[in-house]
Amino acid sequence: MKGKWYYAFVAILVIWACSSDSSNPTPGTDDDGMGGGTDDEVPVTFDRGAMLTNWADNIIIPSYQAFQTDLAALQTAFETFESDKSEINLQAFRQAWEVAYITWQKVSMFEIGPAESAGYRLNMNTYPADTDLINDHITTGTYDLTLPSNRDSKGFPALDYLLNGLAADDTALLDLWTNGAETDNTMAFITALLADMTALTNTVVGDWEGSYRNTFVSNDGSSATASVDRYVNDFIFYYEKFLRAGKMGIPLGVFSGTPAPNTIEVFYKSELSKTMFLTGMDAVQDFFNGKHFASATTGESLASYLGALNTLKDGADLAEVINDQMNEARDLVNGLGTFRDEIENNTPPTNMLLAYDEVQRVVPLFKVDMVSAMSISIDFVDADGD
Amino acid sequence: MTFNLKKYLNTSMEAAPLAVFRIFFGLMMLGSIVRFWAYGWIEKLYLEPEFHFSYYGFEWVRPLGNITYLLFLVCALSSIGIALGYKYRSSILLFFLSFTYIELMDKTTYLNHYYFISALSFLMLFLPANSYFSMDAKSNKALRFQRIPKWTIDSIKLMLAVVYIYAGIAKLNSDWLVDAMPLKIWLPSKFDIPIIGELMTKEWVHFGFSWGGALYDLSIPFLLLWSRTRFLGFFLVLFFHIITRILFPIGMFPYIMIVSALIFFDPALHQRILAIMSKWLRADKSVFDNGKALSFAHQPLHKLKYVLVSVFFAFQVLFPWRYLLYPGELFWTEEGYRFSWRVMLMEKSGYAQFKIVDSVSGKWFYVDNSDFLTPFQEKQMSFQPDFILEYAHYLKSHFENDGHKNIAIYVDCQVALNGRLSQPYIDPTVDLTKEKESFKHKTWILPFKDEIKGI
Repeated sequence: MKGKWYYAFVAILVIWACSSDSSNPTPGTDDDGMGGGTDDEVPVTFDRGAMLTNWADNIIIPSYQAFQTDLAALQTAFETFESDKSEINLQAFRQAWEVAYITWQKVSMFEIGPAESAGYRLNMNTYPADTDLINDHITTGTYDLTLPSNRDSKGFPALDYLLNGLAADDTALLDLWTNGAETDNTMAFITALLADMTALTNTVVGDWEGSYRNTFVSNDGSSATASVDRYVNDFIFYYEKFLRAGKMGIPLGVFSGTPAPNTIEVFYKSELSKTMFLTGMDAVQDFFNGKHFASATTGESLASYLGALNTLKDGADLAEVINDQMNEARDLVNGLGTFRDEIENNTPPTNMLLAYDEVQRVVPLFKVDMVSAMSISIDFVDADGD
Repeated sequence: MTFNLKKYLNTSMEAAPLAVFRIFFGLMMLGSIVRFWAYGWIEKLYLEPEFHFSYYGFEWVRPLGNITYLLFLVCALSSIGIALGYKYRSSILLFFLSFTYIELMDKTTYLNHYYFISALSFLMLFLPANSYFSMDAKSNKALRFQRIPKWTIDSIKLMLAVVYIYAGIAKLNSDWLVDAMPLKIWLPSKFDIPIIGELMTKEWVHFGFSWGGALYDLSIPFLLLWSRTRFLGFFLVLFFHIITRILFPIGMFPYIMIVSALIFFDPALHQRILAIMSKWLRADKSVFDNGKALSFAHQPLHKLKYVLVSVFFAFQVLFPWRYLLYPGELFWTEEGYRFSWRVMLMEKSGYAQFKIVDSVSGKWFYVDNSDFLTPFQEKQMSFQPDFILEYAHYLKSHFENDGHKNIAIYVDCQVALNGRLSQPYIDPTVDLTKEKESFKHKTWILPFKDEIKGI
């Protein structure tokens, strides 16, 4: 009798050993039997699904839709200009480009799902633009903008070059685009640029409005492939690589030792570089706090998740620490002149470096403190633990 | 009641438990290596990284390019040899060498489990695990023994007891017992596990697991040793390891420990297991039941064997305490942390930004760690001082080859431990190129701003 027991154990073991290693994340049950808890029981009842819903319905999709609207307005402004090349229409075209570019900063960080598979961010905003390649496209009139090799000859930076880098002033630009030898080719190229941006955007927004929203929200588990874990990784990656490094660090030369002002965003209308950074920073902070798009209302967010976990031992409120640090960084950046002036007219660009340091200080707070409190692994490593 | 060492050394018992242990050990190792290979971890962990973190004194142990596959193949074949008991001495020696070489190639992948395998296979070099139910003993009558010295089986039990008890002692600290850290961080994130997921968010469960885990580790060797609690003990082994397997990504280790615990049972059980195996394999087990008892007393060099095994265990018992020789908090400095059965004690993570400075011109730039390290390496590097130093030295030689001169390297490193806010980890004013790796205390680790009480 006793022996049978052992066989059963061995059989269980064998079955277990042969079963798949991957634990299938199944949606959590909805009945939360938390009632009847004693006073000293502090259950962590944060609902990741509610946070995902808030992200998708109140932040991501509305932001995308606003951007889609602004991009459509840009398209209209260009068509107006193309049919009537007046200075007013040129300025309206440029203004529409600026508005759409700023709104872009509010969606650039959502590189997950449809945006990730479309390579949205790199297709829309790879800078610095390759002006030789752009000129070549215009001259030859043959190009395939869907090729990865053409990423630095399209999107917002290409429009920046065309609108702000081709001529000394609007009169000269109008002349070039009315009487220049390549007028038709240029207009065709701009049409192609806008068509490419619009197509990408419609795909991404369409997917979110369609099935992806539910895919995203319902994947509310805690495995490395769950929406929260994946998106927190993408979010931090955006902050570190695109906001911190792309918009400030690389032009400052902190990774190369030599300042590279030619790598700033919106190089040809460089008074906008700082606006772009600040808009991106605001979007990151609003996302962190779960602030609904274009509204003061907030919902479940990384900040409220940290509050619910409250695992910190010394009683410090991590969400507050992170918000304070982002405010500090924003204040310093606000106090700067245009990024291009700061970099070109100061050797070394001390003030901007100091501001960069504050921007940098947010990274370990996200990457170490926040993810460690949430038990999310950064750059999920597929290996055994102890 | 005096303990008679000579008599103990000459006491024999049935060889079946060790034979069963050998077979399961070999099979488990084979499974581990096949799994490792199939997951693509050979490429990912050993072939793709351009830089590897070495153990101090073992810098010469490096991945061997495509020959690394051969190394794993040797390791897999030798584990088959162990399971079959085929040329056992050579198999276990080859296994020990190849496995240990693999583990020494990059300390990024260090796991106590791997160290356990290395230690166990070293011990098995000295054990007559092929005396019974093995191909060696089948083909060579001279190697065939139904009984072997009892101490050889006891030595495996002792090894397991060391692992459990030290793992238990390591849990006797205020983070684990008073704050239920790091389980309080880890368990709530398992809320989506079926059935038990919801429990994982409750604080009493965190404390239950913490205290239960410590008690389990400290008591399980005794529960298994005493025949009246052995059954309960084994049930706890099953429960504990299966629960940890469900909750944490710990690979093959739970199965290895469960199977190893069988060694504590009476030989009758092992005879039954072997009987089943011989039925499956259509092998005749009765040839091994020759009633002969192996005695080392007549073998040459048997005293050397006793000495080596004694030294091995003395090392096992003493080495985990070496941390007492270092100042500062062990969890923070990690000086004397590894090779001591400190398992799952810390939720620790860090962020390290290296600054390369030309100490003459003052020009500087930051390093993008992803240019040199895999995400896994960067993760491990950013909170372990010996990794940080080794990486800094690598960066120095890399940038010197690029033509940079007068290089000084500083690191801005923030580390969070067991739910505390991150705090600066390494003195940012210390030029790491001037520091040398050694077993001495690293004075450039900044002090821990909190206190963890306990052992």
